[in-house]
Amino acid sequence: MYDLIVIGAGPAGMAAARRAADLGLTVLILDEQSRSGGQIYRDVERAALLRGEILGKDYTDGIDLARGLDHPGITHAASASVWQIEDGYRVYYTQNGAGKTAAAKRLLIATGALERPMPIPGWTLPGVMTAGAAQILLKQSGMVAERAVLAGAGPLLYLVAAQMVKAGAPPLALVETQTGGDFRRALKYLPGALRGWPYLMKGKDMLAALRRAGVPRHTGATGLRVEGGDRAEALVFNAGGRQHKIEARTVLLHHGVVPHIQAARSIGIPHRWNAQQQCFAPEHDETGRTAIDTVFIAGDGAGIGGAKAAAIAGRISALSIAQDLERITAADCRRESRPLQASLNRELAVRPFLDTAYPPYKEALSPDDATIVCRCEEVTAGDIRRYAGMGCLGPNQAKAFGRSGMGPCQGRYCGLTVTALLAAANGKTPDETGYYRIRPPIKPVTLGELAATAQRKGK
Amino acid sequence: MKPAFRNLTAPASSPGQMVAVTFDGQELTLVEGENLAAALLAAGVDTFRETPVSGAPRAPFCMMGACFDCLVEIDGTVRQACLATVTDGMNIRKPNGTSDV
Repeated sequence: MYDLIVIGAGPAGMAAARRAADLGLTVLILDEQSRSGGQIYRDVERAALLRGEILGKDYTDGIDLARGLDHPGITHAASASVWQIEDGYRVYYTQNGAGKTAAAKRLLIATGALERPMPIPGWTLPGVMTAGAAQILLKQSGMVAERAVLAGAGPLLYLVAAQMVKAGAPPLALVETQTGGDFRRALKYLPGALRGWPYLMKGKDMLAALRRAGVPRHTGATGLRVEGGDRAEALVFNAGGRQHKIEARTVLLHHGVVPHIQAARSIGIPHRWNAQQQCFAPEHDETGRTAIDTVFIAGDGAGIGGAKAAAIAGRISALSIAQDLERITAADCRRESRPLQASLNRELAVRPFLDTAYPPYKEALSPDDATIVCRCEEVTAGDIRRYAGMGCLGPNQAKAFGRSGMGPCQGRYCGLTVTALLAAANGKTPDETGYYRIRPPIKPVTLGELAATAQRKGK
Repeated sequence: MKPAFRNLTAPASSPGQMVAVTFDGQELTLVEGENLAAALLAAGVDTFRETPVSGAPRAPFCMMGACFDCLVEIDGTVRQACLATVTDGMNIRKPNGTSDV
């Protein structure tokens, strides 16, 4: 039995694993990717050397965290998909086609974020991807989209665009949905955000780089839709009082990221609606401890804060876990946690400003009736509204009405939309409406893999 | 069709060896050890699968194992291409019918 199992080798998981191992804990860190880094530092140990110049210092900084996993107390299981967590201490996962299981005294969920679903007409066409996907292709594989347009809202769009410029393939345009009104509303948070001034400066620099490269920017865009037959061919939208059509082979969508809550929900950790970030987030105390005493959660999976905040939160959780297991005293834990908590607060200071200045795209939160919201089962927004009209109050009922959320992605890319649509139709809050009940397996597992696990366990 | 992506590093300079795989019967030469979804996109594969509901074409959307739109059948098992790596002789097909994962 391990002292600690960490799920996810992104910044939170890597930082927590190393701090815990340094305090003498035995740690198993499970991660789906073949190399550590998570999505933000994807493949950083390899890619930083190959294309660190294009990806920038904020990316290559992750190399220290990745190298930190090289510690005798840490076992890093790569290409490992967790599909069930039992009783808060036993974890089932598949690795290279084999089912495996491991147990620990404490569990840290560090499953990070995923892109907020952005259902617009045509978003299921090949060639439409998330902006994060474009970044992953660039980091891990050195691939850059040619004739691409970026659409949505948020600083990540600027970062992706700036990296594409550096890579010699500037995007055709940046189509942004936020408005001047959003920016004015955000100004009241500016004084607080100034504590996170390096972020604001970086944003300014990226915008200047895009201007120099001649990348056209449209703001306040509405009516976004992707046109195409067998793949994306154009992005159509309204901005500046007229309709635009940009012919493109790749359309990269982004309007924020949200906690990836599948693992936490599958073991019944309570979640609450976060109105500022417009998403559900798991409840936890300041050390990341959840309602299940032995289970902690850190990083973007606990609420969006970014990579640096995630690494700090991971360390705070590791300290608290080490105290639980009596490797450090309560006084030592407090002494080391206090400055970490202060830097965490500094990292988070810019969030209210950013969340208000770059809100989610309204039409994607409440799509037209004909727009697909559940990509897997091809259920439209109109279908969900119709279910509400027939008395459907919550997402779990919606599954029975029309299979939304029952495909292989298990609601990861429709859950928030379905909650929002039902809440609006029924005049309820997101908390009252709820979310899909997530049941294991949280990742597909074949019967062969299950049988292999059962045999090993039986031995 | 011409791939929608450009490779910043020439395949010749990449650390992996070029290996032959088949995608829906068509032979492709990919870099061994590369992420399978990325390698197929770089090779110009536009459609990874058709949906079981309407037969609509799909291709990688999230590249991080969450959306399942890159599902393909690899040597008989339906898997997410974005969580697989290229190996010599892989037999890849569009998955058939309803999702059997």
